[in-house]
Amino acid sequence: MRLAAAARLWGPPGLLLTFALHPALCLRPGRTAAPPHRDYCVLGAGPAGLQMAYFLQRAGRDYAVFERAPRPGSFFARYPRHRRLISINKRHTGKANAEFNLRHDWNSLLSHDPQLLFRHYSRAYFPDAGDMVRYLGDFADRLRLRVLYNTTIAHVTLDKDRQAWNGHYFILTDQTGQAHRCSVLLVATGLWVPNQVDFPGSEHVEGYESVSVDPRDFEGQNVLILGRGNSAFETAENILGVTNFIHMLSRSRVRLSWATHYVGDLRAINNGLLDTYQLKSLDGLLESDLTDLAVVKDHEGKFRITLKFFLEESNQSADAITLPQDDNDNFAMRVAYDRVIRCLGWKFDFSIFNKSLRLSSSGEFSKKYPLVKASYESKGSRGLFVLGTASHSVDYRKSAGGFIHGFRYTVRAVHRLLEHRHHRVPWPSTEHPISQLTNSIVRRVNEASGLYQMFSVLADIILLKENATAFEYLEEFPMQMLAQLETITGRKAQHGLFVINMEYGRNFSGPDKDVFFYDRSVGHTEDAWQSNFLHPVIYYYRHLPTEQEVRFRPADWALPRPTAIHHIVEDFLTDWTAPVGHILPLRRFLENCLDTDLRSFYAESCFLFALTHQKLPPFCQQGYLRMQGLMGTESLRRHGIESGLLRDYATVGRPREDGGQRPVGSSPAPGLPVQPLDGNKEEL
Amino acid sequence: MQRIAWKYYPRQQDHNTEQNREKSPASVQLQLMMSSSFNIFRVGISFVIMCIFYKSAVDSLSELSPQKYFSTLQPGKASLAYFCQADSPRTSIFLEELNEAVTPLQDYGISVAKVNCVKEETSRYCGKEKDLMKAYLFRGNILLREFPTDVLFDVNAIVAHVLFALLFNEVKYITTLEDLQNIENALKGKANIAFAYVRAIGTPEHRAVMEAAFVYGTTYQFVLTTETALLESIGNEDIENAHLYFFHCKQVLDLTLQCRRTLMEQPLTTLNIHQFIKTMEAPLLTEVTEDPQQVSTIHLQLGLPLVFIVSQQATYEADRRTAEWVAWRLLGKAGVLLLLRDSLEVDIPQHANVVFRRAEEGVPVEFLVLDDIDSLISHVESNVHVEEIQEDEDEDTKSPNMDVQDDEVAETVYRDRKRPLPLELTVELTEETFNTTVVASDSIVLFYAGWQAVSMAFLQSYIDLAIKLKGTSTMLLTRVNCADWSDLCTKQNVTEFPVVKMYKEGKNPVSYAGMLGTEDLLKFIQLRISCPVNITSVQEAEEYLSGELYKDLISYSSVSVLGLFSPNMTTAKEDFTEAGNYLKGYVITGIYSEEDVLILSDKYAATLPALLLSRHKEGKIESIPLANSHAQDIIQIITNALLETFPEITVENLPIYLRLQKPLLILFSDGSINPQYKKAILMLVKEKHLDSLTPCWLNLKNTPVGRGILQSYFDTMPPLPLLVVVNLHSGGQVFAFPSDQPITEQNLLLWLKKLEAGLENHITILPAQEWKPPLPAYDFLSMMDAAASQHPTRKDPECTKETDVQENDKKQHEDKSAIIKEPIETLRIKHWNRSNWFKEGEKSFRHDNKEL
Repeated sequence: MRLAAAARLWGPPGLLLTFALHPALCLRPGRTAAPPHRDYCVLGAGPAGLQMAYFLQRAGRDYAVFERAPRPGSFFARYPRHRRLISINKRHTGKANAEFNLRHDWNSLLSHDPQLLFRHYSRAYFPDAGDMVRYLGDFADRLRLRVLYNTTIAHVTLDKDRQAWNGHYFILTDQTGQAHRCSVLLVATGLWVPNQVDFPGSEHVEGYESVSVDPRDFEGQNVLILGRGNSAFETAENILGVTNFIHMLSRSRVRLSWATHYVGDLRAINNGLLDTYQLKSLDGLLESDLTDLAVVKDHEGKFRITLKFFLEESNQSADAITLPQDDNDNFAMRVAYDRVIRCLGWKFDFSIFNKSLRLSSSGEFSKKYPLVKASYESKGSRGLFVLGTASHSVDYRKSAGGFIHGFRYTVRAVHRLLEHRHHRVPWPSTEHPISQLTNSIVRRVNEASGLYQMFSVLADIILLKENATAFEYLEEFPMQMLAQLETITGRKAQHGLFVINMEYGRNFSGPDKDVFFYDRSVGHTEDAWQSNFLHPVIYYYRHLPTEQEVRFRPADWALPRPTAIHHIVEDFLTDWTAPVGHILPLRRFLENCLDTDLRSFYAESCFLFALTHQKLPPFCQQGYLRMQGLMGTESLRRHGIESGLLRDYATVGRPREDGGQRPVGSSPAPGLPVQPLDGNKEEL
Repeated sequence: MQRIAWKYYPRQQDHNTEQNREKSPASVQLQLMMSSSFNIFRVGISFVIMCIFYKSAVDSLSELSPQKYFSTLQPGKASLAYFCQADSPRTSIFLEELNEAVTPLQDYGISVAKVNCVKEETSRYCGKEKDLMKAYLFRGNILLREFPTDVLFDVNAIVAHVLFALLFNEVKYITTLEDLQNIENALKGKANIAFAYVRAIGTPEHRAVMEAAFVYGTTYQFVLTTETALLESIGNEDIENAHLYFFHCKQVLDLTLQCRRTLMEQPLTTLNIHQFIKTMEAPLLTEVTEDPQQVSTIHLQLGLPLVFIVSQQATYEADRRTAEWVAWRLLGKAGVLLLLRDSLEVDIPQHANVVFRRAEEGVPVEFLVLDDIDSLISHVESNVHVEEIQEDEDEDTKSPNMDVQDDEVAETVYRDRKRPLPLELTVELTEETFNTTVVASDSIVLFYAGWQAVSMAFLQSYIDLAIKLKGTSTMLLTRVNCADWSDLCTKQNVTEFPVVKMYKEGKNPVSYAGMLGTEDLLKFIQLRISCPVNITSVQEAEEYLSGELYKDLISYSSVSVLGLFSPNMTTAKEDFTEAGNYLKGYVITGIYSEEDVLILSDKYAATLPALLLSRHKEGKIESIPLANSHAQDIIQIITNALLETFPEITVENLPIYLRLQKPLLILFSDGSINPQYKKAILMLVKEKHLDSLTPCWLNLKNTPVGRGILQSYFDTMPPLPLLVVVNLHSGGQVFAFPSDQPITEQNLLLWLKKLEAGLENHITILPAQEWKPPLPAYDFLSMMDAAASQHPTRKDPECTKETDVQENDKKQHEDKSAIIKEPIETLRIKHWNRSNWFKEGEKSFRHDNKEL
């Protein structure tokens, strides 16, 4: 029951308050009838919970959000301790396109209300956490989301019922004992249980959640920080100037987010300590497994680092314990510390879920997350979805699914899935004639934010219609679920499909990679597949891949091997609209996949084709023949003639002026009309 | 990059090699042509393809002292020596060029040396000052010429100058027309002349001419000039480029006649000149009786097509004259042969009078029916032209350049990108201003995307429209760039570009569905009056029908439609109103349902409910009953009624007539149509002989693209007017009304009967192919596989090629393919084979694992 203990210890302060304020306390029902039912129950009114509530509300669904605190976003009320968010709030991009601008707005949730953009809440590039709390509060209020505040769900269990959507109901019991019955449970509780490592002397360690944030408390001290994430560096940053030195200890090497392209790794804004370490200013980084350590308090009240192993050996008094430096007199941490601070991050609170829900942790490398499928549905129980930060096992250390700017899109994907599963609303799509294929792709790769943030997790899908004369465009589908596309979306993929994804170069990102190497940028279209920076990649499949193919895809591949693949060459401005550099190679790729001609033509060309060919290119069929030909202007036509792509028919072989006087072809076969031999001699 | 050099071999050792080479099965066409012309003159001369790399492997400039140098000179052998003082860096560029010239000059038996003037043994050739160092050309030990180094500015100049000096007798340099005429007169009946104009001495073209003169100098008289006036005086204005003429003087016996001249059309390169001269040497006209597929002449070896003029005994004399005429016209472009049909064993189609055979192997011969020489010439020239392009590509890149824009709309818009458009004539809307604007005033909104070529092309028409309407329209012209206001466009249900919508009082936007051009959009805007118009009196109805009522709109809608209903026919009225609304912007509709409607229905013999159709151009009013017609039917009736019986077909209106799915009977006319023809066709229409066709005419003045159509039917422009039937929808045959028959009702009817009975032959069948990708795409998948399986690789492809060449040196050019740049990996996706990827994938996968 360590987890429960931890929860009580470090739980937000709102918990006790909740008991006092909750109105249900007074109206406690004394009935035995079935508990109140809701189709959708959302746990937690943090960003992910509110985002889901928004979509459910817009779709007119029966839902409620349960929040133990009196206001949304209680995590942000406390964290980060030093109040500076590291998610960027870029208020200017030089573009008006709202969708594009979301690529650089990492804090806003999705809504139809332009007032609910984070840039109206803070002018800071790295905003204050208080603004986030205010924003989330406004988001819930302005949109009138149905949130039950001060309601702590203490226990979740299953109630089997054949009538239920998923064969069972989820029974949620709050702190008053009131039960709530839900058809679908959406868990958006985040990670809030601080991670702790159990070693002798861990009681001497202060936690990030409670350590002082006042630098004056650290004046002239030796500080040891355990952990190497953003919270550890953020803590160090705050006291860097007042301590004697800071040592930072963790199991693995530091992962810099600009090298890994993962926003959860150490952000440059927090990395002042790296600078002082490498510039020989007493601060330093050390690597060691924390579980082998022990902290002992010496007679001066200072902390000494030793090994667990030495403690087990003898049972002596504190001052007599063997220290590593006794054997090894240049041991790095032989100095005594005034403080040891633990900054090891958080984990998911599994404690409220009954065993029958079979909600388990994700395994060795992402223990702190519950195990979910790529559709964010729990592997253990159907109808239970994990949203937000807690759903990050899907793309941990890869993409942005653990952060607002990423999970706002995965939440939308889950909502679309639910709409189809329970309400027969197929995944939204637009249908276009094939002549619009290149355009549709160019538009999305240039503005879509979901693709950009959730690269290699969410991808756009193009489903071809029979004979490839038209297609359907589906946005932001969880690409690992590609094999189940038809059941999830309710759309048919019988005639081939394209998947539009964004990717970094295969070997570009990594904690030990030099991302500034010379020649890192690719400019030539034929080398596009070697692009390093984030760029669009288009996969073409003749058939929907099977589950097996998705699961056993080659290592390093985001998807199974396609029939053909296209990379749009990386672009320094992330503007993939260059006619020859970006659009032309894309068109050639699409043409060759579909074995057709996707060029656009002026009406005059279509007119010529219509009278000189039995078949027309798609652009003429779908435009000109439907009376929507492109007429063009005189100046464009002149350019066309100059370029050689259009002909100047006014000057084409003028007919002879002798108007059919000469008998032509009266006898079909023998030879040609004879002209006098010497007639045109001088002509040469 | 390859260079062709003509290699000089000493006589003795050469003969055998030549024999061998000529017999060896040459795989490359180029070699074939090279090996066909030996034993011409002096010692054996052969042509060998050499790589530029070759030289680096062999010769380099020898450095000698003056004494040593003079001791090496052999009698009769030419030698070029550069005398220089102790190495001065200033001359190093010249030395590099000289070094490059060593191999080509040695090919002509000319040795090259650098002579170091050391102090002890000075020579009179050693200049006194460093600046005055010169190169000297000796034959034996006789000094032929001295060259200041600035004349020998590059390898071409060195070779050109040296050969020019050595061939002083073979190549006459002239400056006036008179000189040329003198030479011409002197050689009539004796020898042919190769006359070249080059812009300057020492140019690559000059070198090419000199190299040719080295080979052919004794066979033909070479004449060279650099005078532009001389070139112009023989009728060539293109003084920027070098030209070569062949003067056919040998056969001229009458001294008062001029020699025939043939201009070489290709650029002057050694290879081209060689090829050109070979074709000049070939017999002008050959008579054959074999299968055209089996005939072989020098032309095929040179990559030129063959033209067989089919003849028969009866017309032999005339045909032969024709063929000779053609042969002269095609000299240097194709081989011309006279094929005697009577003595021919193979069957050739009865109607064919020309057989065309391409130089490429395996391409079947074409049997053509050509009406005149011009069409024959143009057919050959267009084909030769294509070949040349292909050859060029073969030599340069081998693969088509996929980075060249082949989308006409994208290319034209791109080329026009720097021209500022008067965008201020339209109002740019944003998310903030959109709603207020479209509510405040009736607006046309163009939704476009700044990056999309089609919508940018249309934006230009839109701006043209704004210019036209400037200050006259109450309609506000606005635009929304969806690249900026993506959400706004989505909200307005715009997901494709471009889209035009009309907003009246901000509601029920009507999407424009017409041609994306200024004229049609203008019509749409002008005809936007609420339809159907409510007509309230008989008098007003008459005015409406006569076109008085909406005078200003008549030019946009040649037809006015008036629905007549009794006041109690409510459903019929509703249907008509719906149809009128639907057709808003395309045709004017009105409705009349007063009590006195019978006055009108009686006058126009209509049974109510009915529809009156007033064609203003023809001044005719017809009535169509509307009983039990739903809105859709009414729309159909009106749209059909808008079709003319014998329309002038244009780019804008063709699609409407194509919808009828009937073969088109098109009268092509250069200018307006002859009223008699029109009358004849209208008579046929009236007598219902043309019911299975869509008769129409095309004015080439209004629709110049019609010429392109005629060209594809006939190869060359036929005389006009011309009547064709195009069976677009089934079979694609094109039939032409005989141009020697006058277009009269009777003739036409007879012809159509024969057509129907299948007694007429089509002149062509329209191609039925699907539209395939114009070019392949990059095959990134196999590039990725290749990278995964073969590691760093292909760092420097140039290097590997060089070693290849050196290794193959001995084999000379047998392995040309090895030198040619490998095609970059481009593949049509449809050929990609699934099972192969899997294998490949496994391979690379295993490889990766091993690495780990």
